[in-house]
Amino acid sequence: MNALLISLLLSTAVSAGPGPCKVFTGGTVALPAEARDDLEVLVADGLIQRIAPQVDRSWDGEACRIISLEPDAWLTPGLIHVGSTLGLLEIGGESSTHNHDAGGEPVRAAHDVADAYDPTSVAVPVARREGITSAVIVPGGGMVAGQAAWVQLEGRTQADAVVRHGVAMGASLSGGTPAEGLRLLRELLDDARAFATDRGAYDGNRSRSLAAGRMELEALQPVIQGRMPLIVGANRSADIEALIRFARDEEVGLIIDGGAEAWLHAPALASAGIAVVLNPLTQDPSSFDQPHARHDNPALLAAAGVRVIITNHSALFAGHLRQLAGLAWRDGMDHAQALAAITATPALVFGPEDRGRIAHGARADLVIWNGDPLELSSWATSVLIEGRSVDTTTRHDALFERYRDLPGLPLPALPLPAPPSPTLASPTGE
Amino acid sequence: MLPLTLAVSLALAPPTRAQVAELTPQTTLAAAEAPGFALIEAAPVADAPSVLLRDAHVMTATGAVYERGWVLLEDGVISALGEGEPPPAPGVATLSLEGRWITPGLIDPHSHMGVYGWPDAEAHDDGNEVTAVMTAGVWAEHSVKPQDPAIQRAVAGGVTTILTIPGSANLIGGRGVVLQLVPARSGRAMRFPGAPEHLKMACGENPKRYHGDQGRMPSTRMGAMFTLRQAFLEAAVARQEWDAWEQATAEPQGRKKKDAPQPAEPPERDLATETLVGVLRGEILPQIHCYRADDMLAMLQLADEMGFSIRAFHHATSAYKIRDVLAERDVGAVTWSDWWGFKMEAMDGIPQGVGLLQDAGAHVTLHSDSPSYGQILNQDAAKALREARRVGLDISEDQALAWITLQPAWVLGIDQLTGSLEPGKRADVVVWSGHPFGATTRADLVFIEGALRYDRERPQTWSDFELGREVQP
Repeated sequence: MNALLISLLLSTAVSAGPGPCKVFTGGTVALPAEARDDLEVLVADGLIQRIAPQVDRSWDGEACRIISLEPDAWLTPGLIHVGSTLGLLEIGGESSTHNHDAGGEPVRAAHDVADAYDPTSVAVPVARREGITSAVIVPGGGMVAGQAAWVQLEGRTQADAVVRHGVAMGASLSGGTPAEGLRLLRELLDDARAFATDRGAYDGNRSRSLAAGRMELEALQPVIQGRMPLIVGANRSADIEALIRFARDEEVGLIIDGGAEAWLHAPALASAGIAVVLNPLTQDPSSFDQPHARHDNPALLAAAGVRVIITNHSALFAGHLRQLAGLAWRDGMDHAQALAAITATPALVFGPEDRGRIAHGARADLVIWNGDPLELSSWATSVLIEGRSVDTTTRHDALFERYRDLPGLPLPALPLPAPPSPTLASPTGE
Repeated sequence: MLPLTLAVSLALAPPTRAQVAELTPQTTLAAAEAPGFALIEAAPVADAPSVLLRDAHVMTATGAVYERGWVLLEDGVISALGEGEPPPAPGVATLSLEGRWITPGLIDPHSHMGVYGWPDAEAHDDGNEVTAVMTAGVWAEHSVKPQDPAIQRAVAGGVTTILTIPGSANLIGGRGVVLQLVPARSGRAMRFPGAPEHLKMACGENPKRYHGDQGRMPSTRMGAMFTLRQAFLEAAVARQEWDAWEQATAEPQGRKKKDAPQPAEPPERDLATETLVGVLRGEILPQIHCYRADDMLAMLQLADEMGFSIRAFHHATSAYKIRDVLAERDVGAVTWSDWWGFKMEAMDGIPQGVGLLQDAGAHVTLHSDSPSYGQILNQDAAKALREARRVGLDISEDQALAWITLQPAWVLGIDQLTGSLEPGKRADVVVWSGHPFGATTRADLVFIEGALRYDRERPQTWSDFELGREVQP
């Protein structure tokens, strides 16, 4: 039943900021590296203000709502869906609902996917119901697809939802072969540097021809300055190895998306600080891009010190996130590592670093579960974004309510008084 | 020779393997088809030693659950099971399985393993005969590549039996085949002994997209319905011809009336037509890809008009809306716990759907349609159970287990042979490392017809494709 027992502590002391603060006590608290059952967490002003042992009661004297968790309940950071098409795609098979691939020129570095994000998508509450509070939305297609954005799953407008623009630059190894894709990327970055060195030449039409237009080359400046990582899809061992070399030579930040054969380069990825975004469900020899895929890939990478992020990219199945982390746990990752792969690690890799962790000063994106969140029997009983409870009901729930009793939609009663019965003409008359 | 079909109406007591093998075709049409079922090599009959599994949690999928139970596997069947201390079994290998769980082998009633084998490659596109919209004469069995590396991984996920079927590009895609997941040199040798034949059909978006885009019918749902009605009308004529000829040849000579016509030549064989005749006769079970509730009702209308029974709707994301109809008419709903929205017709899938179907008494079953999700069917059952309980539906863990065991066995027409732990049934049995619905639980031992086919401690590589490709960390 309900994991929450909410009581209000009445106090005359000064409140810690606008609105009552909240204290979560009892249950298991998932800190970045360990799960503890002896802590309480104080939230005010949308931030985690204090984490203290339960005996401390340091909040005593403040006007706080006490939220007592059942012994089996867990308090975790909100989950983060990376490489997501949430808010960009409504129905998989209907291209008229797709806004993740801008099309047109192969280089669209200035394309900001946040401009396409629809916070009213029906997929957003479905993800939120499963404890997802943020998404890193990434555009697709082309050679450079555009800029990824960090959104929180709250609010009706982009102004409410978009937390940070340009958290990464989506790119792919397009071209006849992956090696040709790398050559094209090298040429593009080289041209972005040439452009930055002499903008006057470009504006005065005295520049050699460059691989992309002015806006794109301008948008690539954070990439060549190492301030915005490239996120590049690759599963094949050879492509991953070439990408590691590319990132070192070009001095750019890199995130590997896919990484099915990344375990073959785990030490190199760890020492280069290259994070890997992967789906634990697809670690099989399902294509010639990954004949050496193995189920313990996430565990092998984590053991080598690689930052592992777990996702499935799907706007519609974002809610599978914790099941996928559970698969990585089953296949050898620590529970804490697997949970971090859908919370703390995405925040560290993509920023903003004040999300994804239960830590002093972090944003209070929190989920209360009625059990271990990686177990399939548990569900989210409460979801908070920046300290505020958010609605977790979905269109699915509305359908369930409608069809809980058949036949579904009842006929409405007529609002008018019944008219006098007309005399019906006999169909066989005349 | 294997039997053609073991008709849907099996005797109450499970037949032995020998009895299954002795069944002979009941009709002349079936007899004509029979040589095609002959094996070049025998199906791999496991010459397995008897095994006593004891001291484990036992979930039977029939409602009986033993906190500390035992199961005796002998001669490929479950010879006995019970709670507590097993009777002495001298000379029988005994495994004490404290802390582990025993369930029936899982059954995936909608798979394309073997016909869309790994690795993805043009060369492996053997699942949709898209050159025509009606391909009732093709058999998935003839596309099955037993070397698909996904097969072994499904077994490692506790799956012992699948229905592998053509894709959904065509209105009538062809016959599906029930396979037991054992290493073999041909798809034929993997055939599940005694399983009936199945026909894959499809409604909705896929056929009209694949074929309408080619400029041929159907490009609409009404075009699809027309094409199907026309095909079954023609099959009904063919059925009359076969019925008449069989009746004529079956009559004892002595009692023949003088003026009775001499038996003519048998009707000309046509592979597509005789598959549809098999459907009309109830010997071949239609398995229909259908998402929307109204599409399913249209297919039921077709079945009523043409006089056949639909065994199950597959994917069936809106089946919960017509669960009263499905329960009343004994039509199965083969679905996922929470898939939705990947196409327009899947938009109304809800996570509570499985629970609602169970609550209404429908034959509800989970499936994967995916070699990846096919490795974690137990997790899908766990999720569907969670969502049912979340809205207060009273469903037991053993009932949820039946969604991936006994219920799919019914959909496949093999529920008298496998799908639950009962004396006399095939020893298709899984020993799990923990509770089958636990996140970290894995299959430790998988027995198929009593033979240990998978042991997590001693993994073998089944697929030749994977040999010689190993790379060490």
